[in-house]
Amino acid sequence: MTPRHVQLDGEGRLRHFITTEGLSRQILTEILDTAENFATVGSQKIKKVPLLRGNTIVNLFFEPSTRTRTTFELAAKRLSADVLNLNINTSSASKGESLLDMLRNLEAMGSDMFVVRHNQSGAAQFIAEHVAPHISIINAGDGSHAHPTQAMLDMFTIRRHKPDFTRLRVAIIGDIMHSRVARSQIHALNILGVPEIRVVGPQTLIPQHAAHLGVHIHHSLETGLKDVDVVMMLRLQRERMEGALLPSAEEYFARFGLTQAKLALAAPDAIVMHPGPINRGVEIDSSVADGAQSVILEQVTNGIAVRMAVMSLVLGRGPRSEEAAP
Amino acid sequence: MSEPRDVQPLLEKMAADLRALLAQRKIQQPLMVGIRTGGVWVAEALHSMLELTEPLGSLNITFYRDDFTRIGMHPQVQPSSLPFEVEDRHIVLVDDVLHTGRTIRAALNEIFDYGRPASVLLATLIERSGKELPVCADVVGETLDLATGQHVKLSGPAPLQLTIQEDT
Repeated sequence: MTPRHVQLDGEGRLRHFITTEGLSRQILTEILDTAENFATVGSQKIKKVPLLRGNTIVNLFFEPSTRTRTTFELAAKRLSADVLNLNINTSSASKGESLLDMLRNLEAMGSDMFVVRHNQSGAAQFIAEHVAPHISIINAGDGSHAHPTQAMLDMFTIRRHKPDFTRLRVAIIGDIMHSRVARSQIHALNILGVPEIRVVGPQTLIPQHAAHLGVHIHHSLETGLKDVDVVMMLRLQRERMEGALLPSAEEYFARFGLTQAKLALAAPDAIVMHPGPINRGVEIDSSVADGAQSVILEQVTNGIAVRMAVMSLVLGRGPRSEEAAP
Repeated sequence: MSEPRDVQPLLEKMAADLRALLAQRKIQQPLMVGIRTGGVWVAEALHSMLELTEPLGSLNITFYRDDFTRIGMHPQVQPSSLPFEVEDRHIVLVDDVLHTGRTIRAALNEIFDYGRPASVLLATLIERSGKELPVCADVVGETLDLATGQHVKLSGPAPLQLTIQEDT
């Protein structure tokens, strides 16, 4: 079964959100437009709408995360859903309960949605294939496969600054090989019609097959940044250095770290993005991260509206006759 | 379907009634808020006829509806915009058709999430039969007695016209 089948219902509406790959421009645009509506909720005195009152959303985190879990939790709470946070490495996994037994238990508690983060690629899809039919799954990051809500909040942030995707040059910089964020971004940018996507990084961190994704490969930050409108930095994991894929943080920063001088090669009004948490002085210089072209904190704010949009589109598909409970 | 009907006489009646009601309640600077989409068109007309100086607000009540699980999302509607503080202010809420009362219930809830207004008046172009909640308009362009299968629809923004449609 392909991801496309799993995440769409019989009428082509999003019933899980596992990956941006294979989705239509219409669905991605619908997510962005809906998020635009939710962005106004943050300016209300009472930052809450009653849309998902009575729904139970479980944050199922098999891998530690602060920002992603917190923004999912805030998004659910602003929709008036009830939220459970489960950090699995500290609970049932250590008691020997199987994953499927745990899912059955959470279903029995009347859950409507699981937000899943796992270090294994394919975990969210596996769970989507095994839960009761009324439960929706949102992938909050699985291994090096996908992180679709991060990609959509990035698209939302880009659109707010550069409304026409079909005229953009975008560079994604860093560890493309291990990055679920980069994969989801590349699919989303392609679907939304961005004509030039570049991936920039050392040879050891760019997969051989990257060109098949419709991107241009650059091993020099200088050529990769030339005239781009959007600079998307990736977080460099420390363990890549231990795994001998990189010599040292200092040498990486010298070749691929984003400084003001290098950013000057991009278009004058280019925006700088980063999914966080940032490694200051490793992939990005502090003066750039905090500089006038940085939209990194806007990304965090936008993440709440985008996650509210995905949750309400998935849970609010109207009549669900084709999925009647067994 | 009935012939499209011009609403200008109804708007003029509403403006006169609203002006009198505001004077009677001694409300000087009301904030006007239209409910998307038709209510905003009516509000725009009233806002200009009453020469109000505060900007016009608009509400998209999608997130406050009580039938979300039955009809789902409609993301194509423009977001709400209340470009002022509602705290302690007098609000004139405007919609095109008052039917069941559910839209107004949702709109009131949304307004209160922005703050606590001093008062809310309701002005609707049409008040038709079929109430399901205890909601009445303070200012009405016209009252229509319609059967369950009949619908009154406002098209706009220019020209603003009313038609009555029947379920077939």
